[in-house]
Amino acid sequence: MTGPSLEAASLEPAQRLLADLPSAPAVWCSGLRKRYRRRIAVDGVSFTVGRGEVLGLLGPNGAGKTTVIKMLLGLVRPDAGEVLLLGQAAKDPRARARVGYLPELFRYQPWLTAAEVLALHVRLAGVTVPDAERRECLAIVGLADRAGDRVGGFSKGMQQRLGLAVALVARPELVILDEPTSALDPLGRADVRDLLLSLKDRNVAVLLNSHLIGEVERVCDRVVILDKGQISASGTLAELLGQREVRLRLDGVDARAEARLSAAGRLTRSGDSFTVALPAEQDSTTVPDLVADLVGLGVRVHSVEPGRISLEERLLDILRTGASS
Amino acid sequence: MIVRTVTTVAALTLREAARRRVLRSLAVMTVALLSLSAWGFSRLDAEFGGFTSGEARVAGSTVLNLVMFGLSLIAALGTAFLAGPTLSGEVESGTALAILARPVRRSAVLVGKWLGLVAFGSGFVAVAGLAQLLIVRVTMDYWPPRPVTGLALLAVQTAALLTLGLLLSTAVSPMASGIVAVGLFGATWIAGVVGSVGEALDNDSVARVGTVSRMLLPTDGLWRGAMNSFQDPALLLQAGSGIGESPFLSMAPLTTTYLAWTGLWIAVVLGLAAVAFQRRDL
Repeated sequence: MTGPSLEAASLEPAQRLLADLPSAPAVWCSGLRKRYRRRIAVDGVSFTVGRGEVLGLLGPNGAGKTTVIKMLLGLVRPDAGEVLLLGQAAKDPRARARVGYLPELFRYQPWLTAAEVLALHVRLAGVTVPDAERRECLAIVGLADRAGDRVGGFSKGMQQRLGLAVALVARPELVILDEPTSALDPLGRADVRDLLLSLKDRNVAVLLNSHLIGEVERVCDRVVILDKGQISASGTLAELLGQREVRLRLDGVDARAEARLSAAGRLTRSGDSFTVALPAEQDSTTVPDLVADLVGLGVRVHSVEPGRISLEERLLDILRTGASS
Repeated sequence: MIVRTVTTVAALTLREAARRRVLRSLAVMTVALLSLSAWGFSRLDAEFGGFTSGEARVAGSTVLNLVMFGLSLIAALGTAFLAGPTLSGEVESGTALAILARPVRRSAVLVGKWLGLVAFGSGFVAVAGLAQLLIVRVTMDYWPPRPVTGLALLAVQTAALLTLGLLLSTAVSPMASGIVAVGLFGATWIAGVVGSVGEALDNDSVARVGTVSRMLLPTDGLWRGAMNSFQDPALLLQAGSGIGESPFLSMAPLTTTYLAWTGLWIAVVLGLAAVAFQRRDL
């Protein structure tokens, strides 16, 4: 109803230029801020999601994750800050043409059938998707045989599967999933994980908000940790998790062997179990060399387990130290 | 993009109206009212078999207005309770999230909903109203002077009320918006009756109650215009001055100015609803 303002019209050539640049990120947001009455929900959040990248959004309840997602999609008006989706200013609804979204609160018209819901979203997105492709989309989420059934009769889990199909149906280049497995059984969660990996293969960018850290750890390239509306840490998993370690169960360790272990990294010992913290940028020969040397020194090696500080431990660590500071 | 959104959402709204229970209950209420009135009209003729043709026309046109009021009430209730939940209900349930995250303008979605509801309400008024007119024709041999104008004004009345329902539903809960819209509809009708009593008694300040309420919410004014189109013009000549106070008789057709005001009123209320919806955080 309202025409584009003068300002938007003058920005259009610049926006087109930006969109044509090869590497316009899937999401670019800067300084997002939102206050609900007296409570600040989001305070100066900035991050980017590259094309084909899977970014995990983590944080405790009420950290502002869903509000950030809703601001990206224009569902909540930010008090300050800017958003570009696929290189276009998000103030223009057309920026969302290639964006798929599964809301945390997912619900679809109960009086429509699953196939009709997809048809509706395809129309609203302004793309033409052949019938076969839409059916395939339902098949991917395991609803192939329910295409003609009304959504009103669907279970919560099936509605969430339908929501995934809705997010994927209009050939998106960016998919935003807010708690996509909250209503799914373990099998469904595994399906979602496969789905995310296949999106990654097709170079579709994904912004994933999930409580299931294991899920995030397995599929995400990068992680942004939100706490109290602010980003408390962000980076690739390797950056965030940093050090690796190796746990060994050894027999017959003498002083020379112990010195060799210490040379590889910081050593902690309890009984016959030794843990060596390895530096972040290790080469692939560190552990085999260490084991060969230990054997050469007459140490009997019972087990060697590569260990990694889990994302969960790191997340708790970040949130706790953040809370105390 | 905007046209596509409007037509898609309008079609969706019509489909919702057709598939939800509200249509069935509307149909049941309408059939009940129509058959009751058919029975009533046939009894009227049978009991007072000695009607002169003039008397029959008077009786027919008066009772027709009475039944048409019932019909407009059903249309108003039905659409107000359809319009209310449609926005705030979808926002509350989360249905709106997936839709509005598409490349659509919120105002286009709102106008699409409005258009679908107007089409639904007008269709209902046209079908049920025409059926009622035919019943009166068969039983009483009465045919109103301007049936199309009358039905069109009833359709506009429905549109005005559902526009108000949409505006309310951007601010309050679904059920409350339906109740408030219907309450205001009843209140203006009563204010209209009070106003016509004022006119009959030559009391300007009481008469103004009706005029002001008809400006604030044009449903009652439109209803009076519709009545004027349905009733027998000879009736007013026969009845003389004292009859102006009857809530089921209207002395004058609507002015163009009033119709223009109604159009403006609907546009402004719809615009306000669009602004409120646009600014809302979901």
